[in-house]
Amino acid sequence: MQTFDLEAGSLRELNEMLHAQKDDTNQTAWEIVNAKGSHAIAVGLDAPIEVTIKGSTGYYCGGMNKLATIIIHGSAGPGVAENMMSGKVVIEGDASQYAGATGHGGLLVIKGNASSRCGISMKGIDIVVHGNIGHMSAFMAQSGNLVVCGDAGEALGDSLYEANLFVRGKVKTLGADCIEKEILPEHMEILKDLLKQAGAEANPDEFRRYGSARKLYNFDVDNVASY
Amino acid sequence: MKDDRQSFVSQTVPIQSATFTNEVNAEIRRAADTGIYDIRGGGAKRRVPHFDDLLFLGASISRYPLEGYRESCDTRVVLGTRHAKNPIELEIPVTIAGMSFGSLSGPAKEALGRGASAAGTSTTTGDGGMTEEERGHSTKLIYQYLPSRYGMNPDDLRRADAIEIVIGQGAKPGGGGMLLGQKISDRVAEMRNLPMGIDQRSACRHPDWTGPDDLEIKILELREITGWRVPIYVKIGGTRPYFDTTLAVKSGADVVVLDGMQGGTAATQDVFIEHVGLPTLACIRPAVQALQDLGLHREVQLVISGGVRTGADVAKALALGADAVAIGTAALVALGDNDPKWESEYQKLGTTAGAYDDWHEGQDPAGITTQIPELMARFDPIEGGRRLKNYLKVLTLEAQTIARACGHNRLHNLEPEDLCALTMEAAAMARVPLAGTDWYPGKAGF
Repeated sequence: MQTFDLEAGSLRELNEMLHAQKDDTNQTAWEIVNAKGSHAIAVGLDAPIEVTIKGSTGYYCGGMNKLATIIIHGSAGPGVAENMMSGKVVIEGDASQYAGATGHGGLLVIKGNASSRCGISMKGIDIVVHGNIGHMSAFMAQSGNLVVCGDAGEALGDSLYEANLFVRGKVKTLGADCIEKEILPEHMEILKDLLKQAGAEANPDEFRRYGSARKLYNFDVDNVASY
Repeated sequence: MKDDRQSFVSQTVPIQSATFTNEVNAEIRRAADTGIYDIRGGGAKRRVPHFDDLLFLGASISRYPLEGYRESCDTRVVLGTRHAKNPIELEIPVTIAGMSFGSLSGPAKEALGRGASAAGTSTTTGDGGMTEEERGHSTKLIYQYLPSRYGMNPDDLRRADAIEIVIGQGAKPGGGGMLLGQKISDRVAEMRNLPMGIDQRSACRHPDWTGPDDLEIKILELREITGWRVPIYVKIGGTRPYFDTTLAVKSGADVVVLDGMQGGTAATQDVFIEHVGLPTLACIRPAVQALQDLGLHREVQLVISGGVRTGADVAKALALGADAVAIGTAALVALGDNDPKWESEYQKLGTTAGAYDDWHEGQDPAGITTQIPELMARFDPIEGGRRLKNYLKVLTLEAQTIARACGHNRLHNLEPEDLCALTMEAAAMARVPLAGTDWYPGKAGF
């Protein structure tokens, strides 16, 4: 286990060290202490390493992650795991706005609640939130899966494309062109698998699925009130 | 008996309204027929104060000119010197603006890379990500980081020579984009992670930050991911250039790219293009003033775009304080866009060469703003690259000619004192004297 103290060393030194790890590195376990809300911790990683962060993080922790597993023992600031390509980011606490924004792949697990715009413009990432999510989540979500074990705020899935949204609790309102859809067997398989991977003890039968009505895919003047 | 006198009665001449012109009435009828606003590409077509409203004074007794065919005039510029380990070193101060693969064909993007590289300058990606054609043929490629993040990935980020965070563009400051389904081919759809054939919307603001404080942290993230190697540009549309430039610099930008309303777009509403934003001429001096007030003029470089067509435009932008310019529409014209040789096909599309602006519909006879293979095949990227290189050379030679005539051995030595304005409006915007006077609106002592 490699330990890096962010009080003793700089952010630049930390990220440089993590970026130096390649596929075949034998330094696969890293621990970062004294995170104290620092921004841009462990961004742009590109190796199958495991990074454990002790304490809460600021903006963009794990941004653009590839291959790495990042575990935050605290809460995460805005844009955690933004544009993640692959790998896994786990937050033991809550996540601020835009968690998993524009993510292309990988798994983001939020064990607490997520604030507004969770999964905004997601492009293939899977997100599992053990608690609730805030308003405008999955706005313009293109693909991937968002699983919410609690409730969802206003305008869920506004203008979304082909992403699947699974919510167990109440949805305050659905956004434009977002409708409830049937859970087919293939969706149930995805849901069960994601709940398992995320360690979420929730009954998959209690979830509802939401997705695109696909009425806004091509401009139609009769839909102008929805634009 | 017939009364001949009646034929001598004066008749009222039909008068067309200056308010309800034929063009206006046609647009009213079109709106009434279709129920939708006009969407088009390009920039503002209306007449606005522009570089044409400025003149260089040239040298005489009070200034000493340089010999055009013997004395050198340096054109080089370095962008991104503030923080980046590897700033962008350009042979000429004319760059190629961001234009997306999707709005342009792959061969057109390749041609932009070829032409820019041959001329010693940079080209820029656009919404939709980086293509191999473009990366492979561009010695210096600027990677746009846009609100949509279509095609955005850290591998491309790391192989870019600079990153341009796009906050706005002059054609539609405050607006997002639209790529109609006709242009969402398999390849475009795959790069953007969207179903084929749908109308793709590009967001008007970034999904994971709001405001300059957040932007500062976003820039930090991008620098950390790229090891502080490459410059970070911030591109803004011309709206409040003094404050926006100040905030971009405060956020950590190495370069500010400022795009006026004549700057083009692949597609947006005509009403947006013509009625939102500032003319390019009105943007430059406030932005330069902001940099000067911060003590960072020339340390943070300013790139101006929007309606740059000639070497005179380049020279005027530099004289007003810009470090470089970017061209988009002019580059497309150089490649062959709107060429009269396709006139019969433009006619079939209900337009004419020079006026064709339905780039979003993907039917471009010149094969540039299309994804239709048969049309794309008309465009030769090698020949396109050669034409662009030639055009960039001419822009540079023209700018050098003017600089020498003003007594400068370096393009960047051009200054506002080399200029005068032909109109009150241009004098006010450019803050250079009205021709024949020593006064401009807003100058103290009037």
